[in-house]
Amino acid sequence: MGKPMQVSRYWRHFKEKYRLIGGKCENGHVFFPKRSVCPVCGSRNIEDFQFSGKGKVLSWTIVRNPPSGFEYYKPFPLALIELEEGPVVLAQLTDVTPEEIKFGMEVEMVTRKIREFDEDGIILYAYKFRPPVK
Amino acid sequence: MERPVIIGVGMTPAGEHWRLSLRELAVEAILNAMDDAGVDKVDSLYVGNMISGSFVEQENLGALIADWAGLGNIPAVKIEAACASGGAALQEGAKAVMSGLEDVVAVVGVEKMTDAWPSDATRYLAYAADAEYEHFHGASFVALNALIMRYYMQRYGYTEEDLALFAVNAHANGAKNPYAMFKRTITVDTVMRSPYIADPIKLFDASPVCDGAAAVIITTKEKAKELGVPKEKWVEVAGFSRAIDTINLANREDLLTLKAAKVASERAYKMAGITVKDIDLFEIHDAFTIMAALSLEAIGVAEKGKGVMLAKEGQIAIDADYPIQTMGGLKSRGHPVGATGMYQAGEAALQLRGEAPNGIQVPDAEVALTQNIGGTGSNITITILRRV
Repeated sequence: MGKPMQVSRYWRHFKEKYRLIGGKCENGHVFFPKRSVCPVCGSRNIEDFQFSGKGKVLSWTIVRNPPSGFEYYKPFPLALIELEEGPVVLAQLTDVTPEEIKFGMEVEMVTRKIREFDEDGIILYAYKFRPPVK
Repeated sequence: MERPVIIGVGMTPAGEHWRLSLRELAVEAILNAMDDAGVDKVDSLYVGNMISGSFVEQENLGALIADWAGLGNIPAVKIEAACASGGAALQEGAKAVMSGLEDVVAVVGVEKMTDAWPSDATRYLAYAADAEYEHFHGASFVALNALIMRYYMQRYGYTEEDLALFAVNAHANGAKNPYAMFKRTITVDTVMRSPYIADPIKLFDASPVCDGAAAVIITTKEKAKELGVPKEKWVEVAGFSRAIDTINLANREDLLTLKAAKVASERAYKMAGITVKDIDLFEIHDAFTIMAALSLEAIGVAEKGKGVMLAKEGQIAIDADYPIQTMGGLKSRGHPVGATGMYQAGEAALQLRGEAPNGIQVPDAEVALTQNIGGTGSNITITILRRV
């Protein structure tokens, strides 16, 4: 499904996409993804912050006509997840049927395949969220 | 500072122009606007366009379009702000005239979308979202708006039928606009029977992919007089502003507030010396029905959470208190993305000149607002036009 870009384009985001590491400023504001300037107070003193991966579904949709490159995976659920530390993250839901998704449903982060390409072998992985395994 | 005036309007119908290319659409709109103003040359050209490089493998639109329109060796550039490119180009044109550096300026908005395969078009539009944290996960623009719509319905207790009223209103007006893509009326049932694209957004909640171009000629009042343009054709660019918000929807302070529209409209009202009560018609950015609701709230027409009530109470029709989408809006006229802000400007100007088509002329319209949204509200332009 299409041709990938240079591997470095994907590789440089491994920290946030594989491990859900965001940022925390010197004043204690946490955010995802990490950026150079704290979006709350403007501080430039930022360190890595490991999110727990636990959160709740704030809103969701079923993507039936995705952008090209994602046709193979349709339909898939996409949601806004409010992490327990506060920030909101957009991600696909997995291991769940559309009928099971509810407002406020508890979910946990899991690393899954996002997409692959026709040629050149690269497969993109990142966080998705699923109902917690009991 | 003296406000500039729009002295000419030109557009092509919005639709699927299989026989026309991007340059032909843009040139037609510019020449129509120049003929309407009665000018045969301009000092500068601003082109509003979102993403011609992906849609038709053509950038450098300033050179392409000025060249093909026969405008000579003038300055010409493309202005890009996603779906708000047209609105942003209009403002850059107005600023150029106000600066005194350029006397007569042409602004055109153009987008040629139908040469691309539909799923590629969906991808190119998604480039206006956050590439790394939205598009990467397979988000389309429809999907991002669907997340907002579901959240809004849950928060305030509205139904899909309630939101559908915005599409019904848009079509009721667009049915009478010869330049509209969909010249037919629809009902709530039409919307409800259309398939889901990204639940709860259905096909008829969404504006169509299409082609089109719209242009205006802007100048100073002094120059308009000198050129002999009759005063009935003058429409003042009374106030304008624009603002950004987080590019990533997930990073918003409040998912249901179009903060960029709120900030920009307050500044534009101040510049025009008006309040929202002085505005006679609103061309807002109803790319999806939910955006019509959020826009009415952000610009101060409705209280937060009450945007849909205006539609339910019949207050958005041509003869009501807050007429919106008087020529069909994005939903019925069409949404050739980079051109949309210029269609809004052209349509609002025609309303203020009293030249809107039969049945959709807002009586005695003196002040109009146009609002053009890029992204999921990440870049919003507000422009106030006034009859001179």
